Amino acid sequence: MKVLVAVKRVIDYSVKVRIKPDQSDVDLANVKMSMNPFCEIAVEEAIRLKERGEASEVVVVSIGPKACQDQIRSALAMGADRGIWVEHDGPAGGLAVAKGLAAVAREESPQLVMLGKQSIDSDNNQTGQMLSALLGWPQATFASAVRKTDAGFEVTREIDGGLETLALTGPSVVTTDLRLNEPRFIKLPDIMKAKRKPMASQTPEALGVAMTSGVTLERVETPTERSGGIRVDSVDALIHALKHDAQVL
Amino acid sequence: MTTLLIAEHDGQALKAATLNALTAAQALDQPIAVLVMSATDTVAQQAARLPTVSRVLLAKGDCFAHPMAAVMAPTVVANLSGVTHVLAAATTFGKDLLPRVAALADVDCLTDVTAVLSGERFQRPIYAGNAIATVHSRDPLKVLSVRASAFAAAMPGEQEAPIEPATLGEVPAHTAFVGAELAQSDRPELTAASVVVSGGRGVGSRENFDLVFELADKLGGAVGASRAAVDAGYVANDLQVGQTGKVVAPDLYIAIGISGAIQHLAGMKSSKVVVAINSDPEAPIFESADYGLVGDLFTVLPELTAKI
Repeated sequence: MKVLVAVKRVIDYSVKVRIKPDQSDVDLANVKMSMNPFCEIAVEEAIRLKERGEASEVVVVSIGPKACQDQIRSALAMGADRGIWVEHDGPAGGLAVAKGLAAVAREESPQLVMLGKQSIDSDNNQTGQMLSALLGWPQATFASAVRKTDAGFEVTREIDGGLETLALTGPSVVTTDLRLNEPRFIKLPDIMKAKRKPMASQTPEALGVAMTSGVTLERVETPTERSGGIRVDSVDALIHALKHDAQVL
Repeated sequence: MTTLLIAEHDGQALKAATLNALTAAQALDQPIAVLVMSATDTVAQQAARLPTVSRVLLAKGDCFAHPMAAVMAPTVVANLSGVTHVLAAATTFGKDLLPRVAALADVDCLTDVTAVLSGERFQRPIYAGNAIATVHSRDPLKVLSVRASAFAAAMPGEQEAPIEPATLGEVPAHTAFVGAELAQSDRPELTAASVVVSGGRGVGSRENFDLVFELADKLGGAVGASRAAVDAGYVANDLQVGQTGKVVAPDLYIAIGISGAIQHLAGMKSSKVVVAINSDPEAPIFESADYGLVGDLFTVLPELTAKI
């Protein structure tokens, strides 16, 4: 079984977000960038499928600027076998990215495509669902457990109110939730080894995909922040304040 | 020119978040049709009584007994004639379904919309709520999941909209429901509750969390938790409030034993009144709380529950 994993280069989760003075976007100049944490979980799960003997090859794909090769290399260092970099500079809508990934999936014919449920920059939570729709494949989003079956996959999903399990037949798209696994740390020898693993380049043009979107970003602003209030010194004072000042009791 | 609102339900009743999504749909100021995909008639009858709804489209079939995006998306797409906007609440249901609908309709999808500025301009949080984006969609069809906590719930009215049969889409055979483990609870839904009582690592154990549940029950509120409390196994995953969990905006949010990491604040900072109770006077949560009480929560909580 071949597994294709899509990864995205995003602002590191620990970095405090700055907005450009002209409010056109978030300022990413000289900011630490990393693999999206949910994508890391997807890579980890694919590698575990391989380690269990259920997957034979793990292929990592990323659509983005040249620098996103770093994130493909990280995935290779974690244990993926080869990478595909689809070169694209500038903004990319969710649908265009999904079309690019669908074109790669059609060329690669994996039995499973894994993605993070969302990226921590645009917070869209949509690429996996769109990819699955474009391929006409089953989807299981927000996965907390993935099991290979004879017909396809059985996936447990984290939904509002609890857990749900779906049976998927045939090649499938699965997006990862936070608790599917804990991604491994990359060791130095693995980074050296990853440098020798193959990475192919692609372009959206060659894949027949236009990286356009009907949606444009007009403005980015800082949300109104909460400010600290008052300290109360007893339960009675708290109840009094909630009843008479805040009037929420 | 119609707005199509997708009803979320459990086969018996509409989910509360659909009422919040209806308020977002009303801001578009055009006729609203509600699409109910269900194995029964019950939910459609409820939807017909929603205010400002001009008609209910009922797609009835056993395949809709459990909500599955891959099964439902073709039916949504089969009912888009004259529709300019498709809306659903940005719950796990809406977020699973709408991007699939958008891709089938060859348009982009806007997730977690918090403000409707016009028929083409919307606001949505990005970077875990650390920035607010204004986006302009020129797509012929706008597909939006709306954040329930950003819109008031529409109140049920006296009216009765007509119920019409919807067009059924093709039902794929590749996805089957196996089972679900859903928490049985009489408490209100976390994202729709007017009071939320949340516990963090400071609560200390699964047993101690009973104190949080008792206070929430006294207030008729929902229970939430920080990621640390969920990771420690004190409560179920779906109670997590924050960047990677649920986003809530109740009238009253009580944070108990929660330090106040930025990832947690992202999930509750739009609450009207925030109370923090923590034994650590230096906890960052106090910087974001309207009322702070420093104290041992094992004495404070029982006293609060008894006196409130």
